[in-house]
Amino acid sequence: MSLQTDKRDFSERTSEGLGDNFMRSAVSSAQDSLKTRRLSAATDLGDWEQWRSIGQQIRQHTLKNLDYYLEQLADNVEKKGGYVYFAKTKEEASSYIRDIVMQKKAKKIVKSKSMVTEEIEMNRVLMDAGCELIETDLGEYILQIDDWDPPSHIVAPALHKDRSQIQRVFTEKLGYTGDESPENLARHARTVLRQKFLEADVGITGCNFAIANMGAINLVTNEGNGDLTASIPKTHIAVMGMERIVPTLEEMEILDNLLCRSAVGQKLTSYITVMGPSATGETDGPEEFHLVVVDNGRSEILGSEFNEALQCIRCGACLNVCPVYRHIGGHAYGSIYPGPIGAVITPLLGGYGDYKELPFASSLCAACTDVCPVKIPLHEQLILHRQRIVEEKRTSSSERIQMKTAGRLLSSQTLFGKALRFANPASRLLSRHGRIIKGPGLVRGWINARDLSQPVKQQDSFRTWLDRRKGGANQ
Amino acid sequence: MKVSIFSTCLVDLMTPNVGIAMVEVLERLGCEIDYPAAQVCCGQPTYNSGYLEDSKLAMKNMMLAFENSDYVVGPSGSCIAMFHEYPKIFKGDPHWELKALALKDKSYEFTQFIVKVLGVTDVGAKLKGNATYHRSCHMTRLLGEKESPYQLLGKVKGLQLEPLKNSDNCCGFGGTFSVKMPEISEQMVDEKCGCVVDTGADILISADMGCLLNIGGRLSRKGEPVKIMHIAEVLNHHHATAAAKGGRET
Repeated sequence: MSLQTDKRDFSERTSEGLGDNFMRSAVSSAQDSLKTRRLSAATDLGDWEQWRSIGQQIRQHTLKNLDYYLEQLADNVEKKGGYVYFAKTKEEASSYIRDIVMQKKAKKIVKSKSMVTEEIEMNRVLMDAGCELIETDLGEYILQIDDWDPPSHIVAPALHKDRSQIQRVFTEKLGYTGDESPENLARHARTVLRQKFLEADVGITGCNFAIANMGAINLVTNEGNGDLTASIPKTHIAVMGMERIVPTLEEMEILDNLLCRSAVGQKLTSYITVMGPSATGETDGPEEFHLVVVDNGRSEILGSEFNEALQCIRCGACLNVCPVYRHIGGHAYGSIYPGPIGAVITPLLGGYGDYKELPFASSLCAACTDVCPVKIPLHEQLILHRQRIVEEKRTSSSERIQMKTAGRLLSSQTLFGKALRFANPASRLLSRHGRIIKGPGLVRGWINARDLSQPVKQQDSFRTWLDRRKGGANQ
Repeated sequence: MKVSIFSTCLVDLMTPNVGIAMVEVLERLGCEIDYPAAQVCCGQPTYNSGYLEDSKLAMKNMMLAFENSDYVVGPSGSCIAMFHEYPKIFKGDPHWELKALALKDKSYEFTQFIVKVLGVTDVGAKLKGNATYHRSCHMTRLLGEKESPYQLLGKVKGLQLEPLKNSDNCCGFGGTFSVKMPEISEQMVDEKCGCVVDTGADILISADMGCLLNIGGRLSRKGEPVKIMHIAEVLNHHHATAAAKGGRET
């Protein structure tokens, strides 16, 4: 997998999503339950708005001093005997990981869930090098055995599948003979995966937050697979986006609270682990620890007008409330990062060439902005993208002309007044029984699905009513 | 109290009754109404489409149109929320930033003005019927006005208000979104229509004409007999017939 999960046009992807009633019902019921759980977990904290503000401050402070904290992190990891590699590009990152794996003559790799490893196409690189790679997060594992079906959600990658689909995949691919109960499916996966953990030469994890002053990483999981991945194999490689860092445990605690409550409506997930290179004398943990810090375009975003997008802690709450995501599903975004945050960061990481439609795939309802635990103004960032896309003349010339005309019309009472007088007579040609039934592009988009009355006649308009009344009052 | 009416371009173009109802309610509450004639549109259609420079023309026109107003009141949470964005848009502009702030500070959505400024929740309206209320996204999230419409509707005699499931989900209007991404918008409005119909209400009320034209247009296409009413029309009900007639006769 890379950033891009589907090369087809946005409209093709969207049509597929809209036509998939099965997926849509899975997504909407997941949204409804996650929304309720998030709300109750947020309310539990008391003044949630203040928590959000503190979360925002922590993220902004860290981003502002990112160079300082990254250096501190690297020093502390190295002091504890670990290795740190700063990768400028995705190729550098995945090559470094491949080189470690080759050096260890590793054949078997287990990994836990990590979006950034998808971004750098690590799985493909390692499998091309001849390794057996197993995703151990249950959701990711389901997708892997289903011929690498792309993830559709950043926290719950298999959100688009329900239990009967998962049972079918398990039956076909693993010879599973049980029923579709989540417990039995999970038990089966656990049996298969347990053996893989024990056999693995290298474990690769993501990193929810790196803790600068400790030279450690924090993993937040519900299945415990992250901990097994990091601690059983002799070598542990952790991969992080360069912005995923906190100064100390204190900030980690606050962000973990925001993360777990926003993502899944839990106070904390089952496993919140802080780990890194094993300390001298410790009997458990990996013999060797590598931390790969991935830039891959992030330093371009840092300090830019899109800086706030880097505040993201990947909780997925914005996906869980987005009414567009609800109907088109994650795959329609064509990116490993779907939903509102995906529509903001995907064009930043992958360019407008492939992703210029994403910022427009939003009604700007701001549900995302409202729910973001670190206060990223997501809908404003979408508008900002739209402005840049317009500036780069990537919208159609007919739209540009329409908007220029609208800009003039909507700023001059003289012109607008004329348009108002003209609107009703003009619409008569397009109407039947007082309803508009045909029209140019924009009108068609509307009337294909909705009825639209004719504009009001000049003599019945609000302004005419006011004028007449004023005249009446003066008489 | 002197109040300048901001009618919004949708009311100008499509639904004069909403403007009329708003004026009549405010006058009954003792406001002295004026209508700065230079006003047109808040600039949102072009702004949300990414055409910043084209939008600034409309925004500047509005700042000038309402320059001498004490209060600006409009029948749309979305358009008023757009006014509230002006200071961000003109930040750092020596000429316009202060004007933007001034307009923001004196602009109120219709129900917000009645409850928060006039301090009134019972306007003496009567409307017999079963209704449900669509809380529009921009009004609740951008303008931050959630309670005023419910407070006012709660006092309308005879009106039974049914809760709307998933009331915080967008109806799919989103201005140009509805015509730029019509397939997605259609599914969103369909789901909203389903929730409205499920309430069993005969009337759908909202404080934003954009949402109402969207949901109402879809309900009508689907043959659902739900009537749409702007909240100004509801609050003016019981007096509406006589007043509108009076208006026409003058």
